[in-house]
Amino acid sequence: MNIFWKRFKQNRLATAGGVMVLLLFIVAAFAPLISPFDPNEIDRNSILEPPSEVHILGTDDLGRDVFSRMIFGSWISLAVGFVAVGIATFIGIIFGALSGYYGGWTDRIIMRFVDIMLSIPTLFLILAVIAFIGPSIWNIMIIIGLTSWMGVARLVRAEFLSLKEREFILAAKAMGAGDMRIIFSHIMPNSMSPVFISAVLGVAAAILLESALSFLGLGIQPPTPSWGNILTLGKDNIEIAWWLSVFPGLAILFTVLAYNLVGEGLRDALDPRLWQRGR
Amino acid sequence: MLTYLVKRILGMIPTLLGITLLSFFIIHLAPGKPTDVMTEMNPKITPEAREKLEKYYGLDKPIYVQYGMWLKRIVKMDFGESFSTDRRPVIEKIWDTKQKLIDRRLFITFFINLLSMFFIFIIAIPIGIFSATHQHSMFDNISTVFWFIGFAMPSFWFALLLMMFFGIYLDWLPISGFKSMNYESLTLPGQIWDRTRHLILPVFVSSFGGVAGYSRYMRSSMLEVIRQDYITTARAKGLSERTVIYKHALRNSLLTIITLLGLSVPGLIGGSVIFENIFSIPGMGQLFYMSVMTRDYPLVLCILTITAILTLVGNLMADIGYMFADPRIRAK
Amino acid sequence: MKRVIFLLLIVIIGFIGAGCKGKAGQGPAAKGAVTTELESSDGEPAYGDALIEGSIGEPSILIPMLASDSASHSVAGQVFNGLVKYDTDLSITGDLAESWDISPDGLIITFHLRKGVKWTDGIEFTADDLMFGYKTIIDEKTPTPNKEDYLQVKKAEVLDKYTFRVTYEKPFAPALASWGNAVVLPKHLLEGKDITKIDFARNPIGMGPYIFKRWTSGQEVVLDSNKDYFEGRPYIDRYVYKIIPDSATMFLGLQAGDVDMMGLTPIQYTKQTNTKFFKENFQKFRYPMPSYTYMGFNLKHPFFKDKRVRQAIAHAIDKNEIVDVVLFGLGSSATGPYVPNTWYYNPDVKDYEHNPALAKELLKEAGWEDTDGDGLVDKEGQPFEFTILTNMGNSLRNNTATIIQWRLAKIGIKVQIRLLEWSTFINEFIDKRRFQAVILGWSLGFEPDQYDIWHSGKTGEKELNFVSYNNAEVDSLLEAGRRTFNMAERKKAYYRIQEILADELPYIFLYVPNATPIVHSRFKGIKPTPIGISYNFHKWYVPKKMQRHSMMEQ
Repeated sequence: MNIFWKRFKQNRLATAGGVMVLLLFIVAAFAPLISPFDPNEIDRNSILEPPSEVHILGTDDLGRDVFSRMIFGSWISLAVGFVAVGIATFIGIIFGALSGYYGGWTDRIIMRFVDIMLSIPTLFLILAVIAFIGPSIWNIMIIIGLTSWMGVARLVRAEFLSLKEREFILAAKAMGAGDMRIIFSHIMPNSMSPVFISAVLGVAAAILLESALSFLGLGIQPPTPSWGNILTLGKDNIEIAWWLSVFPGLAILFTVLAYNLVGEGLRDALDPRLWQRGR
Repeated sequence: MLTYLVKRILGMIPTLLGITLLSFFIIHLAPGKPTDVMTEMNPKITPEAREKLEKYYGLDKPIYVQYGMWLKRIVKMDFGESFSTDRRPVIEKIWDTKQKLIDRRLFITFFINLLSMFFIFIIAIPIGIFSATHQHSMFDNISTVFWFIGFAMPSFWFALLLMMFFGIYLDWLPISGFKSMNYESLTLPGQIWDRTRHLILPVFVSSFGGVAGYSRYMRSSMLEVIRQDYITTARAKGLSERTVIYKHALRNSLLTIITLLGLSVPGLIGGSVIFENIFSIPGMGQLFYMSVMTRDYPLVLCILTITAILTLVGNLMADIGYMFADPRIRAK
Repeated sequence: MKRVIFLLLIVIIGFIGAGCKGKAGQGPAAKGAVTTELESSDGEPAYGDALIEGSIGEPSILIPMLASDSASHSVAGQVFNGLVKYDTDLSITGDLAESWDISPDGLIITFHLRKGVKWTDGIEFTADDLMFGYKTIIDEKTPTPNKEDYLQVKKAEVLDKYTFRVTYEKPFAPALASWGNAVVLPKHLLEGKDITKIDFARNPIGMGPYIFKRWTSGQEVVLDSNKDYFEGRPYIDRYVYKIIPDSATMFLGLQAGDVDMMGLTPIQYTKQTNTKFFKENFQKFRYPMPSYTYMGFNLKHPFFKDKRVRQAIAHAIDKNEIVDVVLFGLGSSATGPYVPNTWYYNPDVKDYEHNPALAKELLKEAGWEDTDGDGLVDKEGQPFEFTILTNMGNSLRNNTATIIQWRLAKIGIKVQIRLLEWSTFINEFIDKRRFQAVILGWSLGFEPDQYDIWHSGKTGEKELNFVSYNNAEVDSLLEAGRRTFNMAERKKAYYRIQEILADELPYIFLYVPNATPIVHSRFKGIKPTPIGISYNFHKWYVPKKMQRHSMMEQ
């Protein structure tokens, strides 16, 4: 563990990413304290104002403070990212574990299912489902979760395949431990680090996906602020209000970047092959 | 080689079946009769149309019979009629034989994706090779930064920025549609130029992320190969660095890239919804978005199934490409 | 662009783009028109060129009597004419009918049709076509929202090839105006066919100034000028109705020269079109539209049964703020179901000033008070929480809802906003009465008869009194208003209706928007009038040397 931290901290980019993620958490948690205005406060005297000392990131078409809305939007991004990834990871682990541990037909069927899910473009699948059940923050989280577990399943399966033939597992089996016990208390804990990395990267992907859906008007519904739907306003007012396009886009970019940096940093730090090679 | 191909195609069949099953599941996602949702949510449905729909899905029959019936139609490319007022068969909306090839929606989407893939391939690979052979150089570092940004960039935002800069600020490129209003009165070269101008931004946007990603994959796969023993052997034999890199290392690392490119097809096609929407390109992605907004279910499901098939075809192409690049398979 | 002006038709408007277009204005309208003066040195009228109009909505069907959306009417209105139309001074003048006689008791109207008018396939238009159209519209199998006015007719007869007579059972004040809707259909093409099934709806043949050429779904409808049009060949050779689903893209198209005419959004009108480029290349217009936007309550819902609650909400909202923010001042606040500057508009009805304190007091009187300190008023343990529904794609309404939501939060009422796709919204929620409150708009003609909207007998499914308003006095006033030809009596009835509605507030009448179309400046001959700008579209022209599109393609 110590080596791991040392390696992670040595990676300056990853550390920077970690700091950004931490900062985002703080912003989201203390949104009401940080934001200078009520994000829903309409002001008829400051419609579509460019950034100024009062409204540092300008105002939108109802005179609401973009900075405050973005701060509250960060909470939505985090929530969607984490819940969706939580769902995806859970499903992925279960399917991956079953597939890897039991092999045979179970494995074949599950892996075929993974192939099927992977061959339908995610965005199409999500939009199709939204067409039937309608957009809402919970639906978005669930649908993103349900359509992004395949990578995790493959990872977990691979880990299980390599771990289940190891001596300590065979020993546990010989001692009469049940399947469930072996899966959950012996193999699972040992296969979690790649899952963790993929979850961190998954948060980034989920945030991107949510913002795209909100941008298309099929994600978080206004007036709840989300970065994606502020960008929709940016598109509608593309010629007169650049600040509505630029800032939320940057926020998404940096957030996703931060998670990716952390994810990559973790991967480097956890990958023993890279340690030996000393890069 | 032929047997491999046949085996590969046969292997696609269960996946294809699975896709139809999944689509079928989505139709039955909503509570009650699927046609209830369709007819109740959709005003344009008259009682006759409703009856027709119920007959279409055979709702009085057991569920597996319904699936069988539906599947039979899908095989014949019969996806039913659109719910919109024109009531045309949905397949005709995607592939309108009355229009010129270049104006058919499926073709437009297919063409743009093909172009993007082409650009990803020809741009990402040289960048990857150069980064790998000049590891830790200035260029390598820049391409690393480019990779991180390309991966994190929301494509719709990128599209907006490009529209603002090239379309509005510089006023160089058209930012919407797939042809100009005066297209019909242009000469042939004029028409080609007009289409090209309309394509520049969308293709750029849709290949940007891919270029970032694949140059990175290419780099790491190249690095991996270069470390292999046989490369060291080749070097030891006194082959020139050029020959080593381009003849031996490149071919092997291409294998990985081809596989990955095949896997990227769904992502690319998925992106069409976004950029066709932003740039108002009358392709399948735009149609899909509109059908989702108006809850035109037959159209939604038709496009969903077609994109899945396209993806499978993409994967197959990648496999064939792999076959040509990999001497071991070719030999068989 | 709606050339035929729908005299009586009430259309629920969905989209700003569509709602703004070519609708007739009224009053001493056009007073706000910001037009470049038309100079005689502009060049002589010449044939040629094309006008491309941008539209957010796509037409659904090109038979006027079957269409209920404004996009369809815009296109169909170029292909078909009605019997009568509004003149620029709002009086009724002949169109396909050259003249008409009305019996002294007002019960019989005899139309004398114009002779020599031809369908664009060469067959002459006669009274038989009119009879055929009338029979089709009253046929119960014909799905049309425009049936009601024609059901008032007791007897219709063809007297000769050019004479058509209708007899009403009871006096019906809106009778003449109702024949302005396009009721004619080519009998020789459609007789014996099911009008809902045939290809005609997508390939119509009419007798109007333009001939249908092609319709590419999701892209455009193209019309070519009718060289034999009975009022003379239109100058502009081609009219293209281009479908662009969002107004920002459309606006970019306008600048790029892909679009010649569109309805501007308030932001575009006030903030984006004052540059030198726009002043040199475009002419902007602004005039009041005979339409208004409102928030309607489901009066059967326990929350809204109490008049005091509705009044409290009215006091909590600041209508002027909505006009300022949403319309950028391009419109005025509404006090009732009629627009200002019409003979039936009552200027003295009660208006509700913005007064949150009074609003809270009214709520308290009605039993709503914050007893548990959660910031929401409650009654019998139930917090005051409701959902406003409105349609997607209309940022004006969406913004209006957002402002109301914010204002109501301040008096302890929690509002959710739900945006619905247009047809789902109307058919699934409005028609089935599954709503608490909605934001919608009515597009009106110049006839005060709003029987369908307010009469307690019109609350059935698909009928227009969807808020279930029920007031015996209003019912009898509505009946009185349509059964007399005496203007003073009608005026009295409609004045009183406005007073009652203002007090009872089945709707909160929000605002009357302005139409703000913009047209490329090469088009000459546009004269803003109380009925808008597009009434004389066939007289618009582009001087020869300024023409942009040549009609090479045929």
